[in-house]
Amino acid sequence: MSPHRRRMNKAFKWCCRITTYGAIGVLALLLFHIAYEGMSWISWDFITNFPSRKAEKAGIYTALVGSVYVMVITTLFVVPFGIGTAIYLEEYASQKSLFIRFVKLNIANLAGMPSIIYGLLGLTLFVRIMGLDRSILAGSLTLGLLVLPVIIIASQEAIRAVPQMVREAGFAMGARRYQVVIWQVLPAAIPGIMTGIILAISRAVGETAPLIVIGALSYVAFLPEDMFDMFTVLPVQIYNWAGRPQPEFHSLAAAGIIVLLAFLFTLNSIAVLIREKFQRYKL
Amino acid sequence: MSDPILGVKNLSVYYGESQAVKHVNLGFKDKSVTAVIGPSGCGKSTLLRALNRMNDFIPNVRIEGEVKYRNQNIYGKSMDPAEVRRRIGMVFQKPNPFPKTIYKNIIWGPKINGYKFDPDELVEKSLKGAALWKEVKDRLHDSALALSGGQQQRLCIARAIAMSPEVILMDEPCSALDPKSTLSIEELIGEMRKNYCIVIVTHNMQQAGRVSDDTAFFYNGDLIEFGATKKIFTNPDNSQTEDYITGRFG
Repeated sequence: MSPHRRRMNKAFKWCCRITTYGAIGVLALLLFHIAYEGMSWISWDFITNFPSRKAEKAGIYTALVGSVYVMVITTLFVVPFGIGTAIYLEEYASQKSLFIRFVKLNIANLAGMPSIIYGLLGLTLFVRIMGLDRSILAGSLTLGLLVLPVIIIASQEAIRAVPQMVREAGFAMGARRYQVVIWQVLPAAIPGIMTGIILAISRAVGETAPLIVIGALSYVAFLPEDMFDMFTVLPVQIYNWAGRPQPEFHSLAAAGIIVLLAFLFTLNSIAVLIREKFQRYKL
Repeated sequence: MSDPILGVKNLSVYYGESQAVKHVNLGFKDKSVTAVIGPSGCGKSTLLRALNRMNDFIPNVRIEGEVKYRNQNIYGKSMDPAEVRRRIGMVFQKPNPFPKTIYKNIIWGPKINGYKFDPDELVEKSLKGAALWKEVKDRLHDSALALSGGQQQRLCIARAIAMSPEVILMDEPCSALDPKSTLSIEELIGEMRKNYCIVIVTHNMQQAGRVSDDTAFFYNGDLIEFGATKKIFTNPDNSQTEDYITGRFG
């Protein structure tokens, strides 16, 4: 290597290193700031208390329960629809069909749509037309629509990455396509599909805008009893606290963010464990 | 010598506009090994995959003519492609066992097809039929992917045998294997000849000479010559065949 190219290599490496550490640094600063502001507010009472007008009594219990509800219902709704659509598009639909190509292109477009538009759709379709009101179900379905394209695309990619050889081995045994899909393709694609679901559900749990549009309340002094009840979720509660003039509530918002981050982190860890298990099973 | 159990009549296979197999007529005898040889891209794998409708999965493939299995056209309207593949098994170029245990690899096919069978018995019989039983009988419930390449390929043969097919198609079954594993597969083919009609596509001329009873030589989609392997290798009628076999091209 000439001295010039060696210098260039070194400079390039340093550029990449600076961008990496720069990004990590900003993230660390953010986390530190939130921990500094909110950590002193974190207590068992904060987690189990209902919201209150007085900052020292306010807790995040209803929002936490609301987020769990929303997460579970959204998952139940999007996983079968997402995987089913991906299987149809990749395994059954004619790849030559113009309509199918149009559908695929538009799923990719939908994945990039601003979330507030889904909020408006949810408001019109679920809250008004279907008369679900400002219920957990309406919120979950709205978030479901929002993340469905993400799950479909991730599942499509995971299914497409399964080598044709695997399918042929199944077909050569006289298997029907559904048998090849269920017993050969899906087990091989599960780790990739799982990754998509993790990302999508994390996004749904962290979304604020569409839920504000459909009217998720920020002051809910009771626990939802079923999925037709009113509700609030962590990000909406945090948004509300952050917007108040009193500085105590800003610290409360920081504490809420810590709870939300812990929640997402737990969620991701569980999903990563499931993914690891399936990968090991594969070998 | 018996009548052909499987035969092709005026068979042409097209990929889009280009014709990969051109008006081929050929018969494969029961309980015998037929080798299909020829240079790369001569259409031999395409022909093989036409014999159990594996080309159905490749987009833009069009087939003309007939493939007759026990006097029925497998491309006939009333034919069920899955049924065809149950009777006409296939072993692929690269060993492709399912990422499951050895045991499950064998019973998967019969199970999903609703066959009635004793699983332990079937596993033992199939593995013995593929000369693999002795090596794996103590680890039937280990992953098939832990086996060596040659063992995996014999497992794929055992898996095909488990379906009790009459015909087994082999698409260059040794091309991904080392010489020792190749030898064991060749010996196995010699054993299997007693029970099955085997069609083997191979790049390896010596292999064709060693394992087969009949040989078909393809060039550019045309069947150039077909006859007893001994004759093809010692005294071919066609000068192209002679050139290919003696290594002057291909």
